[in-house]
Amino acid sequence: MTKKINLPITDNDINNLNAGDTVLLTGSIITGRDAAHKRLFELIEQGKELPVDIKGEIIYYVGPAPAKPGYAVGPAGPTSSYRMDKYTPSLLDLGLKGMIGKGARSRAVTDSIVKNGCVYLVAIGGAAALIAKSIKSEEILCYDDLGTEAVRRYEVEDFPCIVAIDSRGNNVYETEPPKYQK
Amino acid sequence: MEVRVIDAAEVTAAVKKLLMDCNYFIGADIMDALTNARGTETSPVGKSVLDQIIENDKIAAKEEIPLCQDTGMAVLFIEYGDRVCLKNGSFEDAVNEGVRQAYGEGYLRKSVVSDPVFDRVNTRDNTPAIIHTKIVSGDKIKITAGGKGFGSENMSAIKMLTPSYGVEGVKQFILDTVRAAGPNPCPPIVVGVGIGGTFERAAQLAKKATFRAINTSNPDSRYAELEDELLCEINKMGFGPAGLGGNTTALGVNIETSPTHIAGMPVAVNICCHAARHAETEI
Repeated sequence: MTKKINLPITDNDINNLNAGDTVLLTGSIITGRDAAHKRLFELIEQGKELPVDIKGEIIYYVGPAPAKPGYAVGPAGPTSSYRMDKYTPSLLDLGLKGMIGKGARSRAVTDSIVKNGCVYLVAIGGAAALIAKSIKSEEILCYDDLGTEAVRRYEVEDFPCIVAIDSRGNNVYETEPPKYQK
Repeated sequence: MEVRVIDAAEVTAAVKKLLMDCNYFIGADIMDALTNARGTETSPVGKSVLDQIIENDKIAAKEEIPLCQDTGMAVLFIEYGDRVCLKNGSFEDAVNEGVRQAYGEGYLRKSVVSDPVFDRVNTRDNTPAIIHTKIVSGDKIKITAGGKGFGSENMSAIKMLTPSYGVEGVKQFILDTVRAAGPNPCPPIVVGVGIGGTFERAAQLAKKATFRAINTSNPDSRYAELEDELLCEINKMGFGPAGLGGNTTALGVNIETSPTHIAGMPVAVNICCHAARHAETEI
Protein backbone atom coordinates (compact mmCIF):
# COMPACT_ATOMS: atom_id res chain seq x y z
CA MET A 1 0.00 0.00 0.00
CA THR A 2 1.04 3.63 -0.52
CA LYS A 3 1.94 5.64 2.55
CA LYS A 4 2.69 9.35 2.66
CA ILE A 5 5.35 10.42 5.12
CA ASN A 6 6.27 13.94 6.17
CA LEU A 7 9.91 14.25 7.16
CA PRO A 8 11.65 14.10 9.53
CA ILE A 9 10.54 10.49 9.84
CA THR A 10 9.39 9.37 13.30
CA ASP A 11 9.92 6.05 15.05
CA ASN A 12 6.18 5.56 14.76
CA ASP A 13 6.33 6.08 10.97
CA ILE A 14 9.14 3.53 10.75
CA ASN A 15 7.27 0.98 12.87
CA ASN A 16 4.28 1.27 10.57
CA LEU A 17 6.29 0.58 7.42
CA ASN A 18 6.34 -2.91 5.99
CA ALA A 19 8.66 -4.32 3.35
CA GLY A 20 6.98 -3.85 -0.01
CA ASP A 21 5.05 -0.69 0.91
CA THR A 22 5.18 2.19 -1.55
CA VAL A 23 6.15 5.40 0.21
CA LEU A 24 5.93 9.04 -0.85
CA LEU A 25 8.34 11.23 1.12
CA THR A 26 7.84 14.96 1.61
CA GLY A 27 10.33 17.19 3.39
CA SER A 28 14.07 17.25 3.58
CA ILE A 29 16.62 14.49 2.98
CA ILE A 30 20.40 14.51 2.67
CA THR A 31 22.52 12.87 -0.02
CA GLY A 32 25.81 11.04 0.00
CA ARG A 33 27.52 8.23 -1.86
CA ASP A 34 30.88 6.46 -1.99
CA ALA A 35 33.43 9.23 -1.46
CA ALA A 36 31.35 11.14 1.11
CA HIS A 37 30.68 7.94 3.06
CA LYS A 38 34.38 7.19 3.15
CA ARG A 39 35.13 10.63 4.58
CA LEU A 40 32.33 10.48 7.15
CA PHE A 41 33.40 6.99 8.21
CA GLU A 42 37.01 8.08 8.67
CA LEU A 43 35.89 10.99 10.88
CA ILE A 44 33.77 8.62 12.98
CA GLU A 45 36.73 6.26 13.36
CA GLN A 46 38.88 9.17 14.54
CA GLY A 47 36.17 10.22 17.00
CA LYS A 48 35.76 13.59 15.26
CA GLU A 49 32.59 15.60 14.69
CA LEU A 50 30.84 15.20 11.35
CA PRO A 51 30.38 18.25 9.09
CA VAL A 52 26.70 17.35 8.80
CA ASP A 53 24.33 16.26 11.56
CA ILE A 54 22.92 12.91 10.43
CA LYS A 55 20.73 12.29 13.48
CA GLY A 56 17.14 11.64 12.46
CA GLU A 57 17.98 12.04 8.76
CA ILE A 58 17.36 9.90 5.72
CA ILE A 59 20.29 9.71 3.33
CA TYR A 60 19.81 9.27 -0.41
CA TYR A 61 22.60 7.48 -2.27
CA VAL A 62 22.81 9.68 -5.35
CA GLY A 63 25.29 11.50 -7.51
CA PRO A 64 23.10 13.77 -9.62
CA ALA A 65 23.75 14.98 -13.13
CA PRO A 66 24.05 18.77 -13.42
CA ALA A 67 20.83 20.76 -13.61
CA LYS A 68 19.98 22.27 -16.96
CA PRO A 69 19.06 25.96 -16.75
CA GLY A 70 15.51 26.27 -15.49
CA TYR A 71 15.64 23.03 -13.50
CA ALA A 72 15.87 22.80 -9.69
CA VAL A 73 18.08 19.72 -9.95
CA GLY A 74 19.50 17.46 -12.61
CA PRO A 75 18.45 13.83 -13.10
CA ALA A 76 18.96 12.10 -9.76
CA GLY A 77 18.28 8.39 -9.50
CA PRO A 78 19.63 6.03 -6.84
CA THR A 79 23.03 4.39 -6.99
CA SER A 80 23.81 0.82 -5.82
CA SER A 81 23.61 0.65 -2.04
CA TYR A 82 25.93 -2.29 -1.37
CA ARG A 83 28.97 -0.08 -1.92
CA MET A 84 27.98 1.82 1.23
CA ASP A 85 27.54 -1.37 3.31
CA LYS A 86 30.94 -1.06 4.94
CA TYR A 87 30.07 2.38 6.33
CA THR A 88 26.33 2.12 7.02
CA PRO A 89 26.21 0.45 10.48
CA SER A 90 28.40 3.24 11.93
CA LEU A 91 26.05 5.89 10.56
CA LEU A 92 22.96 4.09 11.85
CA ASP A 93 24.58 3.85 15.30
CA LEU A 94 24.93 7.64 15.21
CA GLY A 95 21.21 8.14 14.64
CA LEU A 96 20.71 8.02 10.86
CA LYS A 97 17.14 6.73 10.46
CA GLY A 98 17.04 5.54 6.89
CA MET A 99 18.67 5.14 3.52
CA ILE A 100 17.35 5.41 -0.02
CA GLY A 101 19.27 3.47 -2.65
CA LYS A 102 18.87 0.46 -4.86
CA GLY A 103 19.76 -3.20 -4.62
CA ALA A 104 20.66 -5.68 -1.91
CA ARG A 105 22.40 -4.98 1.43
CA SER A 106 24.75 -7.05 3.53
CA ARG A 107 23.67 -9.09 6.54
CA ALA A 108 25.52 -6.61 8.79
CA VAL A 109 23.48 -3.72 7.41
CA THR A 110 20.19 -5.57 7.86
CA ASP A 111 21.14 -6.44 11.43
CA SER A 112 22.00 -2.81 12.11
CA ILE A 113 18.69 -1.65 10.62
CA VAL A 114 16.83 -3.94 13.03
CA LYS A 115 19.02 -3.05 15.99
CA ASN A 116 18.61 0.69 15.47
CA GLY A 117 14.98 0.68 14.33
CA CYS A 118 15.65 2.08 10.88
CA VAL A 119 14.39 1.52 7.35
CA TYR A 120 15.96 0.88 3.95
CA LEU A 121 14.05 2.37 1.05
CA VAL A 122 14.71 1.91 -2.64
CA ALA A 123 13.99 4.11 -5.63
CA ILE A 124 13.95 2.83 -9.19
CA GLY A 125 17.40 2.68 -10.70
CA GLY A 126 17.60 4.39 -14.05
CA ALA A 127 14.46 6.49 -13.53
CA ALA A 128 16.52 9.60 -12.80
CA ALA A 129 14.64 12.09 -14.97
CA LEU A 130 11.32 11.04 -13.46
CA ILE A 131 12.57 10.97 -9.86
CA ALA A 132 14.07 14.47 -10.23
CA LYS A 133 10.55 15.84 -10.71
CA SER A 134 9.91 15.22 -7.01
CA ILE A 135 13.04 17.11 -5.90
CA LYS A 136 12.21 20.78 -5.48
CA SER A 137 15.51 22.30 -4.40
CA GLU A 138 19.07 21.46 -3.47
CA GLU A 139 21.77 22.95 -1.29
CA ILE A 140 25.34 21.71 -0.86
CA LEU A 141 26.07 20.91 2.79
CA CYS A 142 29.70 19.80 2.55
CA TYR A 143 32.40 18.18 0.42
CA ASP A 144 31.79 20.50 -2.54
CA ASP A 145 35.17 19.41 -3.91
CA LEU A 146 33.68 15.99 -4.67
CA GLY A 147 31.51 17.41 -7.45
CA THR A 148 28.56 15.11 -8.02
CA GLU A 149 29.51 13.23 -4.83
CA ALA A 150 29.13 16.30 -2.55
CA VAL A 151 26.68 16.00 0.37
CA ARG A 152 23.50 17.87 -0.48
CA ARG A 153 20.19 18.67 1.15
CA TYR A 154 17.18 18.04 -1.05
CA GLU A 155 13.69 19.32 -0.45
CA VAL A 156 11.41 16.63 -1.85
CA GLU A 157 7.71 16.38 -2.47
CA ASP A 158 6.05 12.97 -2.83
CA PHE A 159 9.43 11.38 -3.56
CA PRO A 160 8.54 7.81 -4.63
CA CYS A 161 10.23 4.82 -3.04
CA ILE A 162 9.57 1.31 -1.85
CA VAL A 163 10.36 -0.21 1.55
CA ALA A 164 13.02 -2.84 0.79
CA ILE A 165 14.03 -3.72 4.37
CA ASP A 166 11.72 -2.76 7.22
CA SER A 167 12.63 -2.28 10.87
CA ARG A 168 11.91 -5.93 11.60
CA GLY A 169 14.34 -7.10 8.94
CA ASN A 170 11.78 -8.20 6.34
CA ASN A 171 13.48 -7.90 2.97
CA VAL A 172 11.74 -7.72 -0.41
CA TYR A 173 14.89 -8.83 -2.23
CA GLU A 174 14.64 -12.11 -0.33
CA THR A 175 10.86 -12.59 -0.41
CA GLU A 176 9.75 -11.36 -3.85
CA PRO A 177 12.03 -12.87 -6.54
CA PRO A 178 11.40 -16.48 -5.38
CA LYS A 179 7.69 -15.98 -6.13
CA TYR A 180 8.51 -15.50 -9.79
CA GLN A 181 11.26 -18.10 -10.07
CA LYS A 182 10.51 -20.92 -12.52
CA MET B 1 45.01 5.19 -53.47
CA GLU B 2 43.58 8.58 -52.73
CA VAL B 3 43.77 10.00 -49.27
CA ARG B 4 40.73 11.67 -47.72
CA VAL B 5 41.44 14.57 -45.41
CA ILE B 6 39.13 14.93 -42.41
CA ASP B 7 39.31 17.80 -39.95
CA ALA B 8 39.73 16.72 -36.33
CA ALA B 9 36.93 19.15 -35.48
CA GLU B 10 34.52 16.88 -37.38
CA VAL B 11 35.47 14.00 -35.12
CA THR B 12 34.97 16.16 -32.04
CA ALA B 13 31.55 17.32 -33.23
CA ALA B 14 30.46 13.76 -34.05
CA VAL B 15 31.55 12.36 -30.67
CA LYS B 16 29.86 15.22 -28.84
CA LYS B 17 26.55 14.66 -30.61
CA LEU B 18 26.61 10.87 -30.19
CA LEU B 19 27.24 11.07 -26.45
CA MET B 20 24.58 13.68 -25.86
CA ASP B 21 22.04 11.86 -28.02
CA CYS B 22 22.58 8.46 -26.47
CA ASN B 23 22.18 9.88 -22.96
CA TYR B 24 18.91 11.66 -23.84
CA PHE B 25 17.24 9.29 -26.30
CA ILE B 26 16.87 5.61 -25.49
CA GLY B 27 17.13 3.35 -28.55
CA ALA B 28 13.95 2.14 -30.25
CA ASP B 29 15.06 -1.46 -29.63
CA ILE B 30 15.07 -0.89 -25.85
CA MET B 31 11.81 1.08 -25.83
CA ASP B 32 10.09 -1.67 -27.84
CA ALA B 33 11.44 -4.35 -25.49
CA LEU B 34 10.30 -2.39 -22.42
CA THR B 35 6.84 -1.96 -23.91
CA ASN B 36 6.59 -5.66 -24.77
CA ALA B 37 7.78 -6.59 -21.29
CA ARG B 38 5.10 -4.34 -19.79
CA GLY B 39 2.58 -6.55 -21.59
CA THR B 40 4.02 -9.87 -20.44
CA GLU B 41 5.20 -8.99 -16.91
CA THR B 42 3.04 -10.71 -14.29
CA SER B 43 4.23 -8.94 -11.14
CA PRO B 44 2.14 -5.86 -10.26
CA VAL B 45 5.23 -4.15 -8.81
CA GLY B 46 7.18 -5.17 -11.91
CA LYS B 47 4.54 -3.61 -14.16
CA SER B 48 4.64 -0.41 -12.14
CA VAL B 49 8.44 -0.28 -12.35
CA LEU B 50 8.33 -0.78 -16.13
CA ASP B 51 5.71 1.97 -16.43
CA GLN B 52 7.99 4.32 -14.54
CA ILE B 53 11.04 3.41 -16.63
CA ILE B 54 9.07 3.99 -19.84
CA GLU B 55 7.73 7.30 -18.52
CA ASN B 56 11.25 8.27 -17.44
CA ASP B 57 12.71 7.54 -20.86
CA LYS B 58 9.97 9.59 -22.53
CA ILE B 59 10.59 12.56 -20.20
CA ALA B 60 14.33 12.41 -20.89
CA ALA B 61 13.82 12.38 -24.66
CA LYS B 62 11.23 15.16 -24.61
CA GLU B 63 13.20 17.46 -22.33
CA GLU B 64 16.60 16.44 -23.66
CA ILE B 65 18.00 15.59 -20.25
CA PRO B 66 19.92 12.45 -19.27
CA LEU B 67 17.64 9.48 -18.68
CA CYS B 68 19.97 8.25 -15.93
CA GLN B 69 22.14 10.39 -13.69
CA ASP B 70 25.01 7.99 -14.32
CA THR B 71 25.84 9.16 -17.80
CA GLY B 72 28.70 6.74 -17.72
CA MET B 73 32.26 6.49 -18.80
CA ALA B 74 32.46 7.25 -22.52
CA VAL B 75 33.28 4.11 -24.52
CA LEU B 76 33.92 4.32 -28.26
CA PHE B 77 34.41 1.69 -30.93
CA ILE B 78 36.12 3.21 -33.94
CA GLU B 79 36.52 1.81 -37.42
CA TYR B 80 39.17 4.04 -38.91
CA GLY B 81 39.59 3.91 -42.67
CA ASP B 82 43.20 3.48 -43.76
CA ARG B 83 42.85 6.23 -46.38
CA VAL B 84 41.79 8.84 -43.83
CA CYS B 85 44.27 11.58 -43.05
CA LEU B 86 43.33 13.69 -40.04
CA LYS B 87 44.26 17.37 -40.04
CA ASN B 88 44.30 19.95 -37.24
CA GLY B 89 44.85 17.57 -34.36
CA SER B 90 45.33 14.01 -33.21
CA PHE B 91 42.49 11.51 -33.26
CA GLU B 92 42.58 10.73 -29.56
CA ASP B 93 42.60 14.42 -28.59
CA ALA B 94 39.70 15.05 -30.96
CA VAL B 95 37.64 12.26 -29.35
CA ASN B 96 38.39 13.44 -25.81
CA GLU B 97 37.49 17.01 -26.78
CA GLY B 98 34.13 15.65 -27.97
CA VAL B 99 33.66 13.93 -24.62
CA ARG B 100 34.58 17.13 -22.78
CA GLN B 101 32.07 19.18 -24.78
CA ALA B 102 29.27 16.61 -24.52
CA TYR B 103 29.58 16.21 -20.76
CA GLY B 104 30.05 19.94 -20.19
CA GLU B 105 27.57 21.53 -22.58
CA GLY B 106 25.15 18.60 -22.45
CA TYR B 107 24.72 18.67 -18.65
CA LEU B 108 25.96 15.10 -18.33
CA ARG B 109 27.51 13.87 -15.10
CA LYS B 110 31.28 13.81 -14.77
CA SER B 111 32.02 10.40 -13.32
CA VAL B 112 35.69 9.77 -14.05
CA VAL B 113 38.49 9.83 -11.48
CA SER B 114 42.12 10.26 -12.49
CA ASP B 115 43.65 7.47 -10.42
CA PRO B 116 41.79 4.27 -9.52
CA VAL B 117 43.34 3.48 -6.14
CA PHE B 118 45.10 6.38 -4.42
CA ASP B 119 43.94 9.83 -5.54
CA ARG B 120 40.47 9.20 -6.98
CA VAL B 121 40.17 12.86 -7.97
CA ASN B 122 37.36 13.65 -10.39
CA THR B 123 38.76 14.84 -13.74
CA ARG B 124 35.72 17.17 -13.97
CA ASP B 125 35.21 16.70 -17.71
CA ASN B 126 34.62 12.93 -17.89
CA THR B 127 37.82 12.34 -19.85
CA PRO B 128 39.62 10.21 -20.75
CA ALA B 129 37.35 8.07 -22.88
CA ILE B 130 37.88 4.36 -23.46
CA ILE B 131 38.69 4.14 -27.17
CA HIS B 132 38.83 0.87 -29.14
CA THR B 133 40.23 1.56 -32.59
CA LYS B 134 40.32 -0.82 -35.52
CA ILE B 135 41.98 0.13 -38.80
CA VAL B 136 39.81 -0.92 -41.74
CA SER B 137 40.17 -0.35 -45.44
CA GLY B 138 38.35 2.71 -46.73
CA ASP B 139 38.14 6.45 -46.41
CA LYS B 140 35.58 6.81 -43.61
CA ILE B 141 35.55 6.88 -39.83
CA LYS B 142 32.73 4.92 -38.20
CA ILE B 143 32.12 5.84 -34.57
CA THR B 144 29.94 3.87 -32.16
CA ALA B 145 29.74 5.61 -28.81
CA GLY B 146 28.07 4.90 -25.53
CA GLY B 147 27.98 6.02 -21.94
CA LYS B 148 28.53 2.99 -19.73
CA GLY B 149 27.10 3.20 -16.23
CA PHE B 150 28.99 1.43 -13.49
CA GLY B 151 26.13 0.00 -11.44
CA SER B 152 25.94 -2.70 -14.07
CA GLU B 153 29.61 -2.57 -15.12
CA ASN B 154 30.54 -3.64 -11.57
CA MET B 155 28.42 -6.79 -11.95
CA SER B 156 30.38 -8.00 -14.99
CA ALA B 157 32.79 -10.93 -14.94
CA ILE B 158 35.28 -12.83 -17.05
CA LYS B 159 36.42 -16.43 -16.79
CA MET B 160 39.08 -18.34 -18.66
CA LEU B 161 37.08 -21.47 -19.42
CA THR B 162 38.86 -24.32 -21.17
CA PRO B 163 37.57 -26.37 -24.12
CA SER B 164 36.20 -29.30 -22.11
CA TYR B 165 33.64 -26.99 -20.46
CA GLY B 166 31.78 -26.92 -23.77
CA VAL B 167 28.59 -24.99 -24.34
CA GLU B 168 27.15 -26.12 -21.00
CA GLY B 169 30.06 -24.51 -19.18
CA VAL B 170 29.56 -21.30 -21.15
CA LYS B 171 25.87 -21.21 -20.25
CA GLN B 172 26.52 -21.90 -16.61
CA PHE B 173 29.09 -19.13 -16.25
CA ILE B 174 26.79 -16.59 -17.93
CA LEU B 175 23.81 -17.59 -15.78
CA ASP B 176 25.91 -17.65 -12.59
CA THR B 177 27.14 -14.12 -13.35
CA VAL B 178 23.61 -12.81 -13.90
CA ARG B 179 22.35 -14.60 -10.76
CA ALA B 180 25.16 -13.14 -8.66
CA ALA B 181 24.32 -9.66 -9.98
CA GLY B 182 20.72 -10.15 -8.86
CA PRO B 183 18.88 -6.87 -8.21
CA ASN B 184 21.98 -4.64 -8.34
CA PRO B 185 22.57 -3.79 -12.03
CA CYS B 186 19.17 -2.07 -12.59
CA PRO B 187 17.21 -4.89 -14.21
CA PRO B 188 15.78 -5.44 -16.75
CA ILE B 189 19.32 -5.77 -18.07
CA VAL B 190 21.05 -6.29 -21.38
CA VAL B 191 23.66 -9.04 -21.23
CA GLY B 192 26.67 -8.69 -23.50
CA VAL B 193 28.75 -11.84 -23.91
CA GLY B 194 32.17 -12.16 -25.53
CA ILE B 195 33.47 -15.64 -26.20
CA GLY B 196 36.91 -16.53 -27.55
CA GLY B 197 40.02 -14.55 -28.42
CA THR B 198 42.34 -13.79 -25.54
CA PHE B 199 41.59 -12.47 -22.05
CA GLU B 200 41.23 -8.85 -23.21
CA ARG B 201 39.55 -9.65 -26.53
CA ALA B 202 36.75 -11.52 -24.77
CA ALA B 203 36.08 -8.53 -22.54
CA GLN B 204 36.13 -6.14 -25.48
CA LEU B 205 33.72 -8.34 -27.41
CA ALA B 206 31.37 -8.46 -24.43
CA LYS B 207 31.26 -4.66 -24.39
CA LYS B 208 30.75 -4.60 -28.15
CA ALA B 209 27.85 -7.02 -27.69
CA THR B 210 26.10 -4.57 -25.34
CA PHE B 211 26.38 -1.95 -28.10
CA ARG B 212 24.47 -4.13 -30.57
CA ALA B 213 20.72 -3.53 -30.86
CA ILE B 214 18.83 -6.18 -28.90
CA ASN B 215 16.42 -6.85 -31.75
CA THR B 216 19.30 -8.31 -33.76
CA SER B 217 20.77 -11.81 -33.50
CA ASN B 218 24.21 -13.30 -33.90
CA PRO B 219 24.52 -14.24 -37.61
CA ASP B 220 25.55 -17.80 -36.66
CA SER B 221 22.27 -19.59 -35.89
CA ARG B 222 23.89 -21.68 -33.12
CA TYR B 223 24.83 -18.53 -31.21
CA ALA B 224 21.49 -16.91 -32.06
CA GLU B 225 19.74 -19.89 -30.45
CA LEU B 226 22.03 -19.62 -27.46
CA GLU B 227 21.09 -15.94 -27.10
CA ASP B 228 17.39 -16.87 -27.07
CA GLU B 229 17.86 -19.76 -24.68
CA LEU B 230 19.88 -17.67 -22.21
CA LEU B 231 17.33 -14.86 -22.29
CA CYS B 232 14.61 -17.36 -21.48
CA GLU B 233 16.64 -18.89 -18.63
CA ILE B 234 17.51 -15.48 -17.15
CA ASN B 235 13.86 -14.47 -17.14
CA LYS B 236 13.05 -17.57 -15.07
CA MET B 237 15.30 -16.30 -12.25
CA GLY B 238 12.54 -14.11 -10.82
CA PHE B 239 14.51 -10.93 -10.09
CA GLY B 240 12.25 -8.86 -12.31
CA PRO B 241 12.20 -5.09 -12.90
CA ALA B 242 14.37 -3.28 -10.33
CA GLY B 243 15.00 -6.68 -8.75
CA LEU B 244 11.71 -6.44 -6.87
CA GLY B 245 10.34 -9.67 -8.35
CA GLY B 246 8.95 -10.52 -11.77
CA ASN B 247 9.63 -12.30 -15.01
CA THR B 248 11.45 -9.46 -16.79
CA THR B 249 15.04 -9.68 -15.57
CA ALA B 250 16.67 -9.20 -18.97
CA LEU B 251 15.59 -7.53 -22.20
CA GLY B 252 18.21 -9.12 -24.39
CA VAL B 253 21.31 -11.29 -24.59
CA ASN B 254 23.87 -10.52 -27.30
CA ILE B 255 26.82 -12.79 -28.02
CA GLU B 256 29.93 -11.90 -30.01
CA THR B 257 32.65 -14.44 -30.74
CA SER B 258 36.22 -14.62 -31.95
CA PRO B 259 38.69 -17.36 -32.94
CA THR B 260 40.67 -18.49 -29.92
CA HIS B 261 43.62 -20.66 -28.85
CA ILE B 262 43.51 -24.49 -28.90
CA ALA B 263 43.78 -24.47 -25.10
CA GLY B 264 41.19 -21.82 -24.36
CA MET B 265 37.57 -20.68 -24.33
CA PRO B 266 37.47 -17.30 -22.54
CA VAL B 267 34.00 -16.02 -21.67
CA ALA B 268 33.29 -12.44 -20.62
CA VAL B 269 29.91 -11.21 -19.44
CA ASN B 270 29.36 -7.46 -19.56
CA ILE B 271 26.12 -6.50 -17.87
CA CYS B 272 24.28 -3.37 -18.92
CA CYS B 273 21.27 -1.79 -17.23
CA HIS B 274 17.99 -1.08 -19.04
CA ALA B 275 19.49 2.30 -19.96
CA ALA B 276 21.59 0.62 -22.65
CA ARG B 277 22.92 3.72 -24.37
CA HIS B 278 24.76 3.68 -27.65
CA ALA B 279 24.65 5.54 -30.94
CA GLU B 280 26.67 5.45 -34.12
CA THR B 281 27.60 7.61 -37.05
CA GLU B 282 29.95 7.69 -40.00
CA ILE B 283 32.18 10.52 -41.13
